[in-house]
Amino acid sequence: MQQSDSQRIVITGVGLTAPGASSLDQFRANLLAGKSGITTLDLRYMGVHPAGICTFDETKYRKKKENKRGSRAGCISVYCANEALGDAGITFDEYDRSATGVYLGLTEHGTVETENEVYNISKFDYNVDYWTHHHNPRTVLNNPAGEITMNLGITGPHYTIGAACAAGNAALIQGAQMLRLGEVDLALCGGISECTGSFGIFASFKSQGALAEHPDPIRASRPFDMERNGIVISEGGCVFTLERLDNALKRGAKIYGELAGYAINSDARDFVLPYGPRQQQCMEMALKRAGMDASDITIVNTHATGTRQGDVEECSAIRKTFAGCTSTYINNTKSSIGHAMGAAGVLELAGNLPSFTDNYVHPTINIDQLDPDCAMQGLVSGEPHKLSRVDAVLNNSFGMLGINSVVVVKSFVAS
Amino acid sequence: MTREEIKDVILEIIEDIDEDAEFDNLDADAPLRDQLDLDSMDFLDIVMELRKRYQLQIPEDEYPELASLTSCVNYLEPKLKDA
Repeated sequence: MQQSDSQRIVITGVGLTAPGASSLDQFRANLLAGKSGITTLDLRYMGVHPAGICTFDETKYRKKKENKRGSRAGCISVYCANEALGDAGITFDEYDRSATGVYLGLTEHGTVETENEVYNISKFDYNVDYWTHHHNPRTVLNNPAGEITMNLGITGPHYTIGAACAAGNAALIQGAQMLRLGEVDLALCGGISECTGSFGIFASFKSQGALAEHPDPIRASRPFDMERNGIVISEGGCVFTLERLDNALKRGAKIYGELAGYAINSDARDFVLPYGPRQQQCMEMALKRAGMDASDITIVNTHATGTRQGDVEECSAIRKTFAGCTSTYINNTKSSIGHAMGAAGVLELAGNLPSFTDNYVHPTINIDQLDPDCAMQGLVSGEPHKLSRVDAVLNNSFGMLGINSVVVVKSFVAS
Repeated sequence: MTREEIKDVILEIIEDIDEDAEFDNLDADAPLRDQLDLDSMDFLDIVMELRKRYQLQIPEDEYPELASLTSCVNYLEPKLKDA
């Protein structure tokens, strides 16, 4: 059934920072060139490890003083939100700030600030008199979204969604739902991660046997490769402007793509291990809601992080979901930027959006020897793949505690 | 510490909070918050920094003593005479 234009949701602006890129154009160029943004990070207690660090103009939209007071996640969020609005050409003449919602997905928040503060009071014999009064406003879970509203004077709703590494997709879905309900007229939604500041996140993955190691950092993130040995942790952020189609058309907005379908489900099984059959169900549910068959999908952006079992589970789910789909191509964005946690889903979707206009599938990099258990028809490896057209992207994003999210975005075609 | 040194410490702490702070036309007898981009959280940063640097515990009811640069120096001079 054809939806009315007031129920169709379109992406009209993208603001991002990723390892190696601080704009969508730069990000896309890196992905097509197979260029890794991964470097190394010397982190307290952990020593040197591969990591994805973002370099962007931190004072483009607010003062150093505000960056110092806020959180790193807030700093990334403010940059991405302003970039997205600028990209969309939205100046708040078209939309009321009170009818604008900010919805950000987070894997976690407050870990970095808490670790830093414990380290700070360790220098004062753990006397809590030296614990900062900034701790609570920095660590409340709405912090990154709230920092956006303060920066931009947005008086509509703002909150964050905790959905482990499925959070970026979850926030995108939340924004679309709020637009369809008429709760807001403009949604700034996306995902943010500051987790490279936390030794605990690195240490926990290491203890789990899931932290990537490689003497050459740009080779460390290697989903589907036989020698993969875990996750490369990255910081990053991506914010989309989401609008109802009728409003977007009215103001003559540039349209990156239309949100066609989505789904979120739960494995209900394990704290950390993923489960392919439930991932398959999630992809099928998103396709059904989009009114599409699997063969209608041109590109599948995999969630795969480079862990032994995680990659195999997802590949199995994809092989079953897309069996016989000879015109579906599969890539992995984490091989270039690592795992940006709460930002991963939206950053990776953003990296694929330009395919609707340039008709390339960006490649998975670092596959020297493909793990046979990760073999998939249509896997694009090493070099970008040129197509005559790209109709739809299916974006997988999964997380701990067994949360799966799938978003389907299709090329915009006016009805 | 001399009065001049105490004044320099206060300005240094404020500059650390906001490196864009302008001190050229600062009226030492007028409230700092009226002249600089400082709010209550920044003010608490000044209190915290004095605690860290000089182990000074400033009771909350004495915070008003830190309102202006001159009152800061007056209040801190006896406390920091041996610092």
